[in-house]
Amino acid sequence: MEDTQWPVWEVFVQGNPGIPHKHVGNVHAPDAEMAIQNARDVYTRRSEGISIWVVPSNAISASSPEDQGAFFEPSNDKPYRHPTFYKIPDGVKYL
Amino acid sequence: MNIQEAKFQYLLRLGDSSLIIGHRLSEWCGHGPILEEDIALINIALDFVGNATSLLAYAGQIEGKGRDEDALAYLRDEREFRNLLITEQPNGDFASTIARQFLFDTYMFFLYEDLKNSKDETVAAIAVKSHKEITYHLRHATEWMLRLGDGTTESHERLQSGLNDLWMFTSEMFDMDEVDAMLIKEGFAPDLNKVKTAWEKRVKEVIAEATLQIPTSTFKQKGSKEGKHTEYLGFLLAEMQYVHREYPGAKW
Amino acid sequence: MLPEGNWITRAPNLRRKAILLAKVQDEGGHGLYLYSAAETLGVDRTELLSQLHTGKAKYSSIFNYPTLSWADIGAIGWLVDGAAIMNQTVLARGSYGPYSRAMVRICKEESFHNRQGYEIMMTLAQGTPEQKAMAQDALNRWWWPAVMMLGPSDDKSPNSDQLMRWKVKLESNDAIRERFIDRTVPQAEFIGLKVPDKDMKFNEKTGHYTHGEINWDEFFEVIKGNGPCNAKRLKDRVEADKKGRWVREAATAYAAKQAKEREIA
Ligand SMILES: [Fe+2]
Ligand SMILES: [Fe+2]
Repeated sequence: MEDTQWPVWEVFVQGNPGIPHKHVGNVHAPDAEMAIQNARDVYTRRSEGISIWVVPSNAISASSPEDQGAFFEPSNDKPYRHPTFYKIPDGVKYL
Repeated sequence: MNIQEAKFQYLLRLGDSSLIIGHRLSEWCGHGPILEEDIALINIALDFVGNATSLLAYAGQIEGKGRDEDALAYLRDEREFRNLLITEQPNGDFASTIARQFLFDTYMFFLYEDLKNSKDETVAAIAVKSHKEITYHLRHATEWMLRLGDGTTESHERLQSGLNDLWMFTSEMFDMDEVDAMLIKEGFAPDLNKVKTAWEKRVKEVIAEATLQIPTSTFKQKGSKEGKHTEYLGFLLAEMQYVHREYPGAKW
Repeated sequence: MLPEGNWITRAPNLRRKAILLAKVQDEGGHGLYLYSAAETLGVDRTELLSQLHTGKAKYSSIFNYPTLSWADIGAIGWLVDGAAIMNQTVLARGSYGPYSRAMVRICKEESFHNRQGYEIMMTLAQGTPEQKAMAQDALNRWWWPAVMMLGPSDDKSPNSDQLMRWKVKLESNDAIRERFIDRTVPQAEFIGLKVPDKDMKFNEKTGHYTHGEINWDEFFEVIKGNGPCNAKRLKDRVEADKKGRWVREAATAYAAKQAKEREIA
């Protein structure tokens, strides 16, 4: 059998209730259960978390750096998507 | 024996077991099968050292002779230690360590579950905190039991032989003497017969799921309650205590 | 991880034992975070480890020195981790994302290492005459390796230049070294210890300390793998890795079996 360091899992930790899980790094583990345990031991030693997600690294598909222009720049010139774009007179409330 | 002496003895039994098994686990540092497991084993060792510190501090308080947790840990000789024999057994290979941890963690898990109801507030508080830690230790050990037991032929054989070697040290975990009798009556300590039933059931289940066999040896090695240890403890203490003893009275 | 691991089983009291365990555990974590960052670059850990084990990778030269007394644990935390913080804060502000993110995490943990080390030294320095001597001896042995750890002088450094150009690193080795010395010398004086550099002087004009000559030959020897502990530490690593192989294989085999069972079910 080929010797390995086990597959890589990306680790996401939720710090507090209601906030999103945040990517913190990765761990090596033979399976999901061990990945969760390892993530707990490696990334939450200082009370950083209340919940952990692990995802096999090779299951993540990412946009490529070359796409950055085509993907993200077109939204820069559409400020009308943001509420601050609209001027509301001072006297009007709850809007 | 008066009740105070019984409590002191009992706290030494609990505290010493945690201290010694924590020390054994710390010997794994830098030698684990993979970086993640090194870190996991140290986490568990740390829990044990913390638990031992609380228990020995309380033991010293009950004794009332001015000995603190360090005096108890670093200035007693082998014959005065009350840790279970299984806790002082050498790490061996990773499979032996997992077998030792699993057998002991299962014991501690059910013991501390009952200790949470101790009428002694300090003991109950220590048990509540420790039980959360032990729950994780037991999960870690159990997951490894399954992976090694049902992994490769080599891992299966190694784990089975680890279990076989340690089996003779399991029976004394449930022995009760005068100390236990007095403290059960007080509501200070639980009845180990109950712990034994739960331990046997869980151990059987996991061993079966891991495709392993319950060891068949019937020999029972006892002695820790009178401080009669295996030869391994002396070497462990020599290493653990030497700096502290070399400089009497020094602060660190 | 190994030099201080040596002392876990001999720590002089329970509090120190717990602190040292937590510290050494963090160092294991640091290795892991950095591997993790490298993996984002597409280098896998098996490859990195094999480079380490065959002596191809240059690991931090400090690990080639022996730890000879309990005070060494104090000196390492105070000086070596202190120097590491200086190095790493600079890298944390660098330009490569995953690397600087790992460094931010590492720096937070290093500051605990640094303080616990200083606390050990302070306790020893204020203890019995034997303890104070132990502390001074450790400072004597670890001072120069820590000073060298900040990297070769700017005129001798092959990597530093390039890293600065790429903005992975934002300051020169000598600038970082000066800051380290400026901070550390008063810390030694405060607890009544003396750094082993007879030429060390405070320069009123510049507001900085000037240090004596550094023995760069020793530094380059150690980097090459000729330190007192090089061979042994490496052998221990390879040994642990070999001993772990059947464990890693077992877990892999179990995972494969479980996956197959799930498929059938
Ligand atoms: Fe570090
Ligand atoms: Fe550190």
